[in-house]
Amino acid sequence: MAPTGTVPRPVVDLVARVTGDEKHDPSAHSTLDVVWVLYDQVLRVDAEHPDDPDRDRFLLSKGHGPASTYAVLAAKGFFPAEWLDDVASWASPLGHHPDRTLVPGIEIGSGSLGHGLPIAVGLALGLRDRSRARVVVLVGDAELDEGSNAEAIAVAGRFGLDNLTCVVVDNHSDDLGWPGGISARFAIEGWHAADVGNHDHAALAAALRRTAPDRPNVVVVDVAATGEPEVAA
Amino acid sequence: MSTTRGQDQRARFYAELDPVLAANPDAVLVLAVIGSGYMTDTIARRPDQVVDVGIREQAMIGVAGGLALAGRRPIVHTFAPFLVERAYEQVKLDLGHQDVGALLVSAGASYDVSSGGRTHQAPADVALISALPGWTVHVPGHADEVAEILHREAAGAGRVYVRLSGQHNLRPQPVDGQVHLVRDLTVGDPSAPLVLAVGPMLDVVLEATRDLPVRVAHTGTPHPLDATGVRALAGPTPVLGVVEPYLAGTSAAAVATALADRPSRVLHVGVPRDAELRRYGTPRDHAAAHGLDAAGVRRQVKSLLA
Repeated sequence: MAPTGTVPRPVVDLVARVTGDEKHDPSAHSTLDVVWVLYDQVLRVDAEHPDDPDRDRFLLSKGHGPASTYAVLAAKGFFPAEWLDDVASWASPLGHHPDRTLVPGIEIGSGSLGHGLPIAVGLALGLRDRSRARVVVLVGDAELDEGSNAEAIAVAGRFGLDNLTCVVVDNHSDDLGWPGGISARFAIEGWHAADVGNHDHAALAAALRRTAPDRPNVVVVDVAATGEPEVAA
Repeated sequence: MSTTRGQDQRARFYAELDPVLAANPDAVLVLAVIGSGYMTDTIARRPDQVVDVGIREQAMIGVAGGLALAGRRPIVHTFAPFLVERAYEQVKLDLGHQDVGALLVSAGASYDVSSGGRTHQAPADVALISALPGWTVHVPGHADEVAEILHREAAGAGRVYVRLSGQHNLRPQPVDGQVHLVRDLTVGDPSAPLVLAVGPMLDVVLEATRDLPVRVAHTGTPHPLDATGVRALAGPTPVLGVVEPYLAGTSAAAVATALADRPSRVLHVGVPRDAELRRYGTPRDHAAAHGLDAAGVRRQVKSLLA
């Protein structure tokens, strides 16, 4: 299937199977464009071989909004779409926060904020020089409040982890704000930084694919500025 | 409680790291500055196997979790309060919840840094680690035990906590995880009180009970506790003293579980839980204040003979 410019309607429908038709979970939908573009155009992953040691890794650090990731993984064949119908039930491997040991394609268990980026730094360090795998971690703008991220941003920058990409989904939910902008805080630590919107999937894919020699890559996706995800008819 | 250079556990740990990293190409030492000054040669020789994240303990454990997810074997080291307490949720989630392994090696124990005050003391470390699923805790009492544990666990894959201490026993003990009878002054009376010394408390217990009609056993691995060994030595109506160099009663739940099927009387000796000792001084001073020197242990163990 050729890359799409918008999230295909069937994928949005899969999200709805998780969240319920009437309910639009903002934390799920704010990440849908990014997660779809990653799995549709950027990541080298194979649902038939979810444990391939050379696969690219996508770490959903913002684990309280897993619906879009579940939907995209189901769309890409990592597990049956039926799993989406009873999320967080006793019998379901899918919960409101994902567990890597229960779900093919889920790379980390997350939910408590501020854990994904430090883990991603370790993963990138461990894979560097051994694999061509890239590590992509998704965090939220409010999640960056957690000081563990500040530690990881500095470490990744100083170690020049060019196999690491951090996607910040900025839905402007941070209470105290980030004077000077989010990307500047990564840039000053040596990251390559880019700001993009979430509706231009081609630009989003280009930003997510970009690597800079000896520098980690941050892509700040402003989702509040563009509202709800655009859906293909 | 004095240490010589050859017997010092921490010095031995640093000295063994180079051969351990050489023998285990997947092993990566993760530091938060502490210790780096003692192993400059190793760091220079093996830059790809040493990661120093600066004074960032959350990142230290998170990075260890990521390394393990990449198939590497992280060996993580700093002082006990910073390794276990400062980044406890990272230990819980970035290692345990991800279901990956790591070898955590702490220095400082309960009050090695007595002159540094409360900030550098961690008498609760073993209780905290033992509260998380899937961990093994080694409390070596001799530098040779440190070397053997380090080489074995670096080649493994589990979640392992090794608690280095400035206190040590004269002779190394087995590191097989089991409870061993060390001395029996009762002429073979299996109903006599049993005193189980954990790690470096062995020589203190031997001194404290040198003329008491008790049996003395030892383990260097309090978690998981060798329940079979405890039951076998404790007998059908146990009178048992457990002497640990950290928070009193840390092993109480494990001992109670091991002895659940028999009437027992158990004394737990360790660092008291109820008060913070706001004094400096030497480790020997702290041991005396906590009742963990030979006189204090003797006083408490004698209550079992009444």
